[in-house]
Amino acid sequence: MPASPAPTSRTAKLFRSPLAQRRWQIFRHNRRAYISLWIFSIVFILSLGAELIANDKPLLVQYQNEWYTPLWHHYPETTFGGEFSSEADYRDPYVADLIKAEGWMLWPPIHFSYDTINYDLDQPAPSPPSATNWLGTDDQGRDVLARVIYGLRLSILFALILTLGSSLVGVTVGAIQGFYGGKIDLWGQRLIEVWSGLPILFLLIILSSLVTPDFWWILGIMLLFSWTALVDVVRAEFLRARNLEYVRAARALGLPNHLIMWRHMLPNAMVATLTFLPFLFTGAITTLTSLDFLGFGMPPGAPSLGELVGQAKNNLQAPWLGITAFLTLALLLTLLVFIGEGVRDAYDPRRSSQPQKGAV
Amino acid sequence: MPDVTTHKTTNAEASMQPSTETQTLVRIQDLEKRFDLSGSWLEQLQFKEGKLQRHQEFVHAINGVTLEVQKGEALCVVGESGCGKSTVARTVMGLISPSGGEIHYDGQRIDHLPAKAMLPYRRRMQMIFQNPYASLNPRMTIQQTLEEPLRFHQPGLNPSEVGDKVHEVMHAVGINPDWGKRYAHEFSGGQRQRISIARALAVDPEFIVADEPISALDVSIQAQVLNLMMDAQEARGLTYLFITHDLSVVEHFGTRVAVMYLGTVCELATTRELFANPRHPYTQALLSAIPRLEDDRPTHIRLQGEVPTPVNLPSGCVFHGRCPYADQRCRTEKPQLIPTAGGQVACHAVQEGRL
Repeated sequence: MPASPAPTSRTAKLFRSPLAQRRWQIFRHNRRAYISLWIFSIVFILSLGAELIANDKPLLVQYQNEWYTPLWHHYPETTFGGEFSSEADYRDPYVADLIKAEGWMLWPPIHFSYDTINYDLDQPAPSPPSATNWLGTDDQGRDVLARVIYGLRLSILFALILTLGSSLVGVTVGAIQGFYGGKIDLWGQRLIEVWSGLPILFLLIILSSLVTPDFWWILGIMLLFSWTALVDVVRAEFLRARNLEYVRAARALGLPNHLIMWRHMLPNAMVATLTFLPFLFTGAITTLTSLDFLGFGMPPGAPSLGELVGQAKNNLQAPWLGITAFLTLALLLTLLVFIGEGVRDAYDPRRSSQPQKGAV
Repeated sequence: MPDVTTHKTTNAEASMQPSTETQTLVRIQDLEKRFDLSGSWLEQLQFKEGKLQRHQEFVHAINGVTLEVQKGEALCVVGESGCGKSTVARTVMGLISPSGGEIHYDGQRIDHLPAKAMLPYRRRMQMIFQNPYASLNPRMTIQQTLEEPLRFHQPGLNPSEVGDKVHEVMHAVGINPDWGKRYAHEFSGGQRQRISIARALAVDPEFIVADEPISALDVSIQAQVLNLMMDAQEARGLTYLFITHDLSVVEHFGTRVAVMYLGTVCELATTRELFANPRHPYTQALLSAIPRLEDDRPTHIRLQGEVPTPVNLPSGCVFHGRCPYADQRCRTEKPQLIPTAGGQVACHAVQEGRL
């Protein structure tokens, strides 16, 4: 096996090549997509630190000249002079007063985690937006804003892993089918047709009666069925590429098939794939949301946007639920679609070749 | 026609010197290649006269080609489009496997060899492709393209040796070695073809299959590339199997010529002999079609009809339908290559002395 160039140089090349730079320029030139990418990145990064933004524990406690970090350590109430040896409930006025007497607490901006129930609401849950619950609470008295932040993170991570996983499998399968063609391709296509005909929803319903589906269960099931999306694109690219002369040249060189696919065909087939990814991403978020809405998604209590939509439907008298859910999803999906359009346009050969028209 | 008169010695002249020893490098024996047209076996089933029959159709691209490539020569294969000359080249390179016959390289049979066992031969034989716009990977720099065969075939080389070698071949084909960081699309067609020649030369091969290497190039560039290939032959003692349909190139480049028609070799002779004294009726027609500046009233031999389809080959001599000398024997019996003064010819008329 020959020493293949280091992966770093490969990725570096991917971004430093003149073509990639031109694409990046086109993407940046598309203000809508570029700004969307920024907003989305900020939202995603913020949601990654959801614990620091919305939590029912303070970030930092100073008590009797000692520092405590309740986010990372469990401190029994007795530490702060309380009575119970269970973990301190910092939102409890009694504990808060104890700490305040001989120190201070630094709270995150939102004093609720996604599963914190606000027991001292001045009206029955779901309660409307107030100074404590900025977007109101849901019908179990949990802070809607905290749940949205955690839900965003969950949705984005889910979509990210699902997109990466399914494109990995899809690209591999598509590459193999397109490269070898013939019988492998024929049988592969028939199998995929049968496979994509299976009803995912029913499988999930059956599954949820057998086990409590958690994040990884749903991810696994979705992965089983979503990889077929990319197969056709990659397969078509490989079918086209396998008769190109540079692939023949590589074959005449004696390169083994996997190297031909990896080095010569895949980089050229990735354009169509990359264009597809943002839309797969959007699709994954929508899927998770609808599963949660139907009640076959995340386990009860998990912060999810779909569950919020479900609550909104059940509590039409509390419009802040519906409005929040709608705005969050609409904004998230719009951002992703804008980014996707930007990527698609940047990879459009008719556009990316324009600055170079004169040169041949 | 490319202007090649400036070149110091042509191969045709070189071939005039009596060949001291001829050593066969590549031997193609009764090579056959069929391409299946009829799809999977389910599609092949047909009802005929109340019976279920399996019906298969093939394109007969090569039908029993026997050729020997001598060490150090440039064997040109000519013929019109679709006569199977590129298929011969690809079969020799092992890009497609033959349906019948044998290919020997340096005495060793190499068709049907598994990929691993084929590797040492892959290094000794390289290929130059027709279209320089398609034969270089658009996502690799020239440096990477040229390094790849070296890294693959000589994994023992350290990076600086690889770099030196790439530098050397780029220099040899007249491409500035400083341009290695550029991509293929930044070069002109002629430069790209030089780069693909450099890729073929990188591993120091002894045998190069060139599949119409200049037909995609601008006429003004053709001579350059041709001269480059001849210089490389001289400097490195290369052997060429040169596929072309350009007879003026053959005259300039080839030591021997094989004329193909419909997947068979109809005449094989030294370049000088073939151009001076074509024996086969097809060769005669082919040569008479070369445009000449001095002709104001050309006397082309006009062949009747079209090339038959390679799906249903004609019986007997494949050329009989269009041959002015064909008789009953030509329609039924396949002519074999028979030795003549300067080479071999497959024609009953020549054998019988009718021509």
